[in-house]
Parts: sequence; structure tokens; C-alpha cells
Amino acid sequence: MNNQNLIRYVTALADDSLIFGQRLSELCSNAPYLEEDLAISNVALDYIGRASLWYQYAAKLTGGDCTEDSLAFFRDERQYTNLLISELPNGDFAFTLMKQYLIDSFYQLYLVELAKSSDQNIAAIAAKAIKETNYHIKRSAPWIKQLAMGTDESLNRLKLAIEELCDYANELFLMPEFELQLLAEGITVDRTALKQQWLDNVNSYFSEIGLESIDLSRTIQGGREGIHTEHLGHMLSEMQFMQRAYPGLEW
Amino acid sequence: MTVIHSLTPEYAKRLGRRQASNVPEIWDLLDGVCDPELPGVSLWALGVLQDIRYRDDCIEIDITLTYSGCPAVITMKDDIIACLQQSYPDKAIKVEVVLSPAWCTDAMSPEANQQLAELNIAAPDADDQVICPICSSHNTEVVSQFGSTSCKALYRCLNCAEPFDYFKTF
Repeated sequence: MNNQNLIRYVTALADDSLIFGQRLSELCSNAPYLEEDLAISNVALDYIGRASLWYQYAAKLTGGDCTEDSLAFFRDERQYTNLLISELPNGDFAFTLMKQYLIDSFYQLYLVELAKSSDQNIAAIAAKAIKETNYHIKRSAPWIKQLAMGTDESLNRLKLAIEELCDYANELFLMPEFELQLLAEGITVDRTALKQQWLDNVNSYFSEIGLESIDLSRTIQGGREGIHTEHLGHMLSEMQFMQRAYPGLEW
Repeated sequence: MTVIHSLTPEYAKRLGRRQASNVPEIWDLLDGVCDPELPGVSLWALGVLQDIRYRDDCIEIDITLTYSGCPAVITMKDDIIACLQQSYPDKAIKVEVVLSPAWCTDAMSPEANQQLAELNIAAPDADDQVICPICSSHNTEVVSQFGSTSCKALYRCLNCAEPFDYFKTF
């Protein structure tokens, strides 16, 4: 009966991972130096791998002809339900790393809870992902410290990044109706309950590295309903081009 | 007398399945299949090979993913099929990637550390006390948490000045 909710939820988690990973992969070969290039590509790969696991499970739940590839390559912008923060352009290096840090620190809390899901598949994917996230934040946290305590220029860019990103961060803590229903069954996690802890963690680190507390008073939302920023469509048009032009094409 | 004190529970479970198997020859055959990105480290030693089931019409192999996005898993599947097809031409070889039991570095076999050392890769350490695989110095520092593959970090030895890969604890 509630299978539709479960499919929507697993697909939304997949969309979050795919869109974030795809965006990050745009920096492959464009990072400031070689080691960073490898790091960014590795993190992107982790997210695309996660997306693959979530889509496989969503496809299994859906049944029929649906596959992980059809979900990734043959759905339009309005059918994608990723949170908006995942689709924002990479911007400068400060923006990329601040976005990474905010997402990493969110997943550090979220995935630990999700690994306790009553759904065994969800719990298993989350348990693997949390270990990856623990490595991701070992990179993003020192980087924002370095930028915050670096030059006036790097600090300024970091501040501009925070100002834009905080409007999107609130969406991480909103519960759409289908997630609320799954929460009652112990399948998903109450995002709202994680918000204070997340703020405490982020603000405590920010104060340590000389940044002002994050302001979550404004919210830009819509991702879970398929209402996106102008940026997603452009990304999909590039990502989906080959499969749209040559359906079923294999490497 | 059997000495078991150095075995992790994760490895012991895998070893138990191997020892209880009624087709030890298939496990032995697969000892020849290595991670494509770690030549010399077998899928068994790496902790990826989880179980083998011999059926009337097919052989089912369970493997686990290391990292979610590890692209080597496709090659691993193909290599397992190619290896077994020679000895079992009449059987379908089915390789399934399972989420549970999950892969972790504790599931690696004791010989894996030696095999990694031969590739100049530092073995995983629970406290990330990384020892240079070339000169055995403890005086090392991280260059990047992300190396040539997802499972490795890039380190440098402050004693012999060589850069090297560290197989991350996972």
C-alpha cells in the first residue's frame, strides 16, 4: 500500500546522490592541482556509486522494465526530486568546498540514523555510505579552515559562499509528506530532529576557524516536488544526451 | 593447535563459509582472480569474495562492493566468469553483488597485508598509524585522503621521501 512512498523516497535519495556527484564530476581535470583533482573525482564517484545502489533498489521496488539507467537517463527535470543544494553550480573553489562541508556534516548525522532503518536494503546502503562520508569530511573540513584562515580574498569568497548556501541548507531538514509517512514505519529519519545538532556542529567549527554562525532564517525549497533552480535542466541535457540520442547505447 | 587470535570476526565468518563449503576446488580456482587495480591481491584476500553456491545448473558467486562507486567491480565479475567458465563450461556462472555482509577492511585475509606490501602499499591500520612500505618508517604524512583509487589515500614518507599509497581503513 505504501510502496509508492518507498519508491519516491529511495528515488529521491538516488537523485540527491546522482545530481551532487554529477555536478562534482564537472571538476574532473579542472581542479587546482592533481591531488585535488583525484580527490574530487573520488568523492564524485562515491556519490554516483551511491546513486547506482539507490536506483537499483528503486527499480527493483518498481518492477517492470524500470532499470537504474532508465531512472537516471529518461526522466525529465520535473521528475527529478533531488534537494536543490545538490544541483547548484560549483562556483569557485570556496563555494565547492563549503557546499561539500555542509553536505558532509549533514550526512554524518543523517546516515548514522538511516543505517538503523527498518528497511534492510536502505540500512545496508546507508551503513556503507557513512564510512565514505567520514573520509569526505576529513578533506572538506580542513579545506574550509585553510580558506577561512588564509587570505582576505579566500575568506571573502568563503563568506559569499555561506551567504548563498545557507538559503538552500534549510531544505535538508524539511520532511515531505511521503517521508513523514515512512517515518512512522521506522523506514526513514526525522530530518527536523537533526537540525539543531547540525547547527551546533557547524557553528562550533565555524567559531573555531573564525567564521560567523550560519543563518538559516531564509529557505529556498521545491526539490522534493520537482520544482528546481534554472541549473538542473542544463545539467540533465548534457548528462542524458547520449542515452536520449542513442537509447540503450553501451560503452 | 590452531592459533586464531589474529582473526577478526568478519574474516572468521568468511573463512568459516569457505571451510564449510562442499566445493573447495572452486574457492581455490578463484584464488587466482585478483583485483584489477591491485595485481597480486586476490578477491579472497581482499575480502570481496563472500560465498559460493554450487547448484545443479549454475554456480552462484556472492561478492561485495568495496566503495559504492568502485568501477573495478565490473571487471571483477567478468574475471570470475572467465576463470570458472574454463573448468565448468556446462554451468552458468552467476555473480551477484550483495550489500550484506558489507565489505570492510577487517574482512581482508591476513595474507592481504603481505600482498599489499609487495605492491608498496601500506596496509590498513585501525588508528591510521601509517608505516612506510619502503623503509618501514613511522614518520609519514598524508598528502591527500584520496589517492589513485577510492580505497587508497596518498601518503609521503618523511624519512625516505618516497610517496606511497595507503590502503584506507574502512
